[in-house]
Amino acid sequence: MPEFRDRARTLVDTPTLTYRQRVQALAGLAEESLDPPTVSAACADALATGLVCDIAEGHAPYRPRYLLPDYSRALAQGSEFLGLAAPTDLYEAIAFLLSMYSQVPSITGYPVYLGDVDRLLEPYAADVDDETLTKLMRLMWVTIDRSLPDAFTHANLGPDDSRVGRTILELERELLQTVPNLTLRVDPTRTPDSLVLDAVQTVFACGKPHFVNDPMMIADLGPDYGVVSCYNSLKVGGGSHTLVRLNLAESARRHTGDVESYFATTLPEHVAMNAELMAARITSLVEDARFFEHSWLVDEGLLSLDRFSAMFGVYGLAEAADHLVALDGGTGRYGLDADATALGWRIVERAAELVARTPLPYCEGNDGVAFLHSQSGIDSDLGVTAGTRIPIGEEPPLLEHLLAVAPNHRHFASGVSDIVHFDDTATRNPQAVVDVIRGAMATGMRDVTFNLDSNDFIRITGYLVRKSDLAKLEATGVARHGSDVLAAGSVANSHVTDRAVKRVISSESAPRVAG
Amino acid sequence: MSRLLASPADLVVSDLAVVDDDGPSGLLADVVRFSWVDGPGNRFAVFLQGCNLDCIACHNPHTMPLKTPLARLVTVADLVEDVRPVVPFLSGVTVSGGEATLQAPFVAAWFAALRSDPGTARLTRFIDSNGCADDATWDLLLPHTEGVMLDLKALDVATHRELTGLGNAQVLDSLDRLVAENRLAEVRLLVVPGHNDSEAVLRATGDYLAKRAPGIPVKVIGFRPHGVRAAARHIPAPTPEERTAYASWVAASVGAELVTVV
Repeated sequence: MPEFRDRARTLVDTPTLTYRQRVQALAGLAEESLDPPTVSAACADALATGLVCDIAEGHAPYRPRYLLPDYSRALAQGSEFLGLAAPTDLYEAIAFLLSMYSQVPSITGYPVYLGDVDRLLEPYAADVDDETLTKLMRLMWVTIDRSLPDAFTHANLGPDDSRVGRTILELERELLQTVPNLTLRVDPTRTPDSLVLDAVQTVFACGKPHFVNDPMMIADLGPDYGVVSCYNSLKVGGGSHTLVRLNLAESARRHTGDVESYFATTLPEHVAMNAELMAARITSLVEDARFFEHSWLVDEGLLSLDRFSAMFGVYGLAEAADHLVALDGGTGRYGLDADATALGWRIVERAAELVARTPLPYCEGNDGVAFLHSQSGIDSDLGVTAGTRIPIGEEPPLLEHLLAVAPNHRHFASGVSDIVHFDDTATRNPQAVVDVIRGAMATGMRDVTFNLDSNDFIRITGYLVRKSDLAKLEATGVARHGSDVLAAGSVANSHVTDRAVKRVISSESAPRVAG
Repeated sequence: MSRLLASPADLVVSDLAVVDDDGPSGLLADVVRFSWVDGPGNRFAVFLQGCNLDCIACHNPHTMPLKTPLARLVTVADLVEDVRPVVPFLSGVTVSGGEATLQAPFVAAWFAALRSDPGTARLTRFIDSNGCADDATWDLLLPHTEGVMLDLKALDVATHRELTGLGNAQVLDSLDRLVAENRLAEVRLLVVPGHNDSEAVLRATGDYLAKRAPGIPVKVIGFRPHGVRAAARHIPAPTPEERTAYASWVAASVGAELVTVV
């Protein structure tokens, strides 16, 4: 207890934390003073030694990690909890959503999902002219950034064209905010090139949006899905109780024996360990904290337990594949050499197979098992590559990069992201980026995320920060966005600023270098 | 194939290329599977070996000679297969060089094969050319080509000769023909300081293009010493401000919306 008091005192006295950051840190400290959900000694050891990781979700889960309220239903029926009738015009609809966002929890303390904002608001927008629409949406977007200062807060657009969607893209280019995170769903048969092009121009300005393969998502999750937080895809009206991740690099290093026995015994044991921790956390949330019995979102039919599952994360695939290749005497590197890349695919495939036959409680949203997720790291990861990405700085040329990672994507219904880094050449030929997006999706990629070398924005794991905000944080110690603090750690620890830029070849300079 | 204009080396590809039952083979310097600077969108760019000009500012001088161990011969069928895995990512293909039109029979055959194959038919087919090609060559190419990006090294004959070793009558004829047949996708002006960078020259070039090629995009490319032969390395690269000025002089008559500068 003296230690607890000292730490509480330190938090209270930390001048660089804003009031809200202090409240949140104090709540985290209080939660940490409780005993974590009970697991076996082997599982506790795996957690303590970094084989599995609960991403500091806290000892006593009292809200699901990610939840996706059915905003469409809320707008249609109004809310008793909020004391608001169903909106009748755009003004009321925006006020309704902003009020509702303030009452939606998640692991971050802010809502991680803001809904399909274009679809939600388009019906109301019919009654206002363009100027009014832009003004209202600007107020909404600024308010989201100022009142939900966290880049894990995520809005969705598409796949259809709309006035609201176009206005949001235009405002993104004007406002240059890191919040909210943004995803455009792309359906090759429904999403017009001009909308994808508009979104690509927005990437050039501010690094947003992500592009997701809408038909692939619908095949895995049904038509009512949303992309939340970094790039996590889940069912609307549901969500994910928890996200626990298995460090594949560590898993491979702990293995003794040949490659085949890794797949036969070690990987299954480690998957079971991760699943055990997930089961304990889910049970604690549902049965001890009884979140689903106390939430207004459940009471009003905006969330339901049967649309929930949980996320089984994996990361460090690159190091795992390299290590296993070496066990058989090989020297290949994941993403660069065919043998290691193929072994990486096999690890993912085997993990998917194992997760799909490991029952977990309260996961009816995915037929009783977890969703596999390629987890893109946290600020404290050192020497372990995010998710199933190719190590930063080693990425091969663009086409080889996409072909190396694409086969993994089908296994990750709850999200996978490979970040493609471009230089300025892209800005002079945005149609080329549209071509790459369409090609990536045609070859089975679920998510395409870009980082442009020359703008102020940088993708950390799946969320955005501004380089200028990081500089300010370094200089003053104070950040308005909580995510900036995490990002500073990531930049320091994992060289995210060193991603290999796709320098696309100019016929005027060097045709001998293969693109 | 047709006799080409007399180049300094007086070489023709037919001296070298193999024509067998599979049709003409191409002599390739290199292939870039993703190119963002050789026409609209993402393109599969093929750089053919051999050029009929001898430009002091050439950035790829290794692609100029026809006889070089660095080049390789490919068949039309093989080059179609090379494109196939990349098709989902492409707007089209572009043949550059060297000088693409020197191997017109091969280019025409490759384009025709791409068009007749359902897997590649949707790709657009572009040519990047210095314009030193006669009517017979264009007769062969244009039925299979959506667009040509044409270099105009200099409007003035003497300057053209000084920069490339040849006059430009055929280039200007090519420009007219491509406009007439609605195949001119872009005109490229490589601006070399001390040679063709004066305000008067660039304004005159803009006037000419506005009249002869109205509505056609113009790309103004500032000389860069990277990759050029020793003789041109002393030429300075224009500053960004100078490049902007070049573009503005050309744009005065062409129209700013049609002019880009790199």
